[in-house]
Amino acid sequence: MKVPEESVSAATFEELAMPLFDQLYNFARWLTHDTAEAEDLVQETYAKALRGFSSFQQGTNFRAWIYRILRNSFLSSRTGLRTMVTIDGEADENLLPAENTTPERILIEQADRETVQQALADLPVPFREILLLCEVEEMSYQEIAETLAIPIGTVMSRLFRARKALRDLLREKIKGGRHGV
Amino acid sequence: MACEQWTGKQSAGKLAAYLDGELDPAEASVLGAHLRECAACAADALEQVQLKRSVQMAGKRYSASPEFRSRIAKSVASKPRRQTGWHWQILAVPALLLLIISMAVNFYVGRESARRQRVYSELADLHVAALASATPVDVVSTDRHTVKPWFQGKIPFSFNLPELQGSDFTLLGGRVTYLAQTPGAHLIYQIRKHEVSVFIFQNRGEETASASSGPVNALSFNVENWTQNGLRYFVVGDVGAADIEALSKLLRDAH
Repeated sequence: MKVPEESVSAATFEELAMPLFDQLYNFARWLTHDTAEAEDLVQETYAKALRGFSSFQQGTNFRAWIYRILRNSFLSSRTGLRTMVTIDGEADENLLPAENTTPERILIEQADRETVQQALADLPVPFREILLLCEVEEMSYQEIAETLAIPIGTVMSRLFRARKALRDLLREKIKGGRHGV
Repeated sequence: MACEQWTGKQSAGKLAAYLDGELDPAEASVLGAHLRECAACAADALEQVQLKRSVQMAGKRYSASPEFRSRIAKSVASKPRRQTGWHWQILAVPALLLLIISMAVNFYVGRESARRQRVYSELADLHVAALASATPVDVVSTDRHTVKPWFQGKIPFSFNLPELQGSDFTLLGGRVTYLAQTPGAHLIYQIRKHEVSVFIFQNRGEETASASSGPVNALSFNVENWTQNGLRYFVVGDVGAADIEALSKLLRDAH
């Protein structure tokens, strides 16, 4: 195998992929809800990415590329097939409702970390994953669009709905499980 | 509703896009100006920021076992390249090394300053959010001997609070807070009708440790921070630097 000269100075797969290990694992674990499955998923992702690295274009977004591999692997896994639900009316970008967003500061303040984690875990996968990509991975809309292979307009409307769903869940959990802490 | 422009059907996503840093600069500056004037929209924004932050904190949840990590690391480790054209490589090595070092330094400096900024703005947010809350403190007391024991069992460390007699400061109370997933104490002091927040964290999280010591002016708040006995202290408030320094001194001497 001959290594083309220009790639000698380009980043190696290891240099690009290993710094993302912790984040990818966290993301995989959130998707699968299971340690063993998360490990399998991460391992499969690294193996596939390494094999396909020659097709990755240096200079383009490696993070979005490898997250996309992870997510596609998840979707084709048994758990993935079971959990991925379609979301109605997704393509309609004008669905952002004009409802009054009442300030729920107090509500969110009452939600401790554990409650938020439970609520996140209860969200349907498309909502959970987009919130994680946006808030935890701090991806731009463009990166999210690349990772999820959806248009930016859909990123915005799905984020909006995901946040609304999370708020609803939090409200339920706080009202339902009000305990004397 | 007065804010049809930002909450109406056409633009309900604008505020979210703004907070996600995705609004174009022109619109962002208009919306930014609006937020400074409109209490209702500002409250909305605060709520959304808090939701974002709690997801961010809650989302960083799982870490892989060291064994698994090293298994993956081994599987992707680059193999040594075959020696083709080594003359060229020998020349290239010092240049490449220099390039890598300078890139690493640049990257580190950039990342550090970004991280420092993030710590300060997060603390400023915590300060503002606490004051805006209906219950800024969970333990309401001017007595340090009440406030200090209240934290026992709630945070993984203990600290000393200063005697305030003879100073202009009054202790209002405290609450448990989180910075970069690390629990800490948030105390609120008052001086001449101004509230000043004191944050105390264990000095181990890289987030809290990354802010260099000394006074800073972050987002129009004065911030002083230092490390003492393994604890990281931050004093944040909109009072003058002299008052911040005075309170910092009281805290430093409280041992």
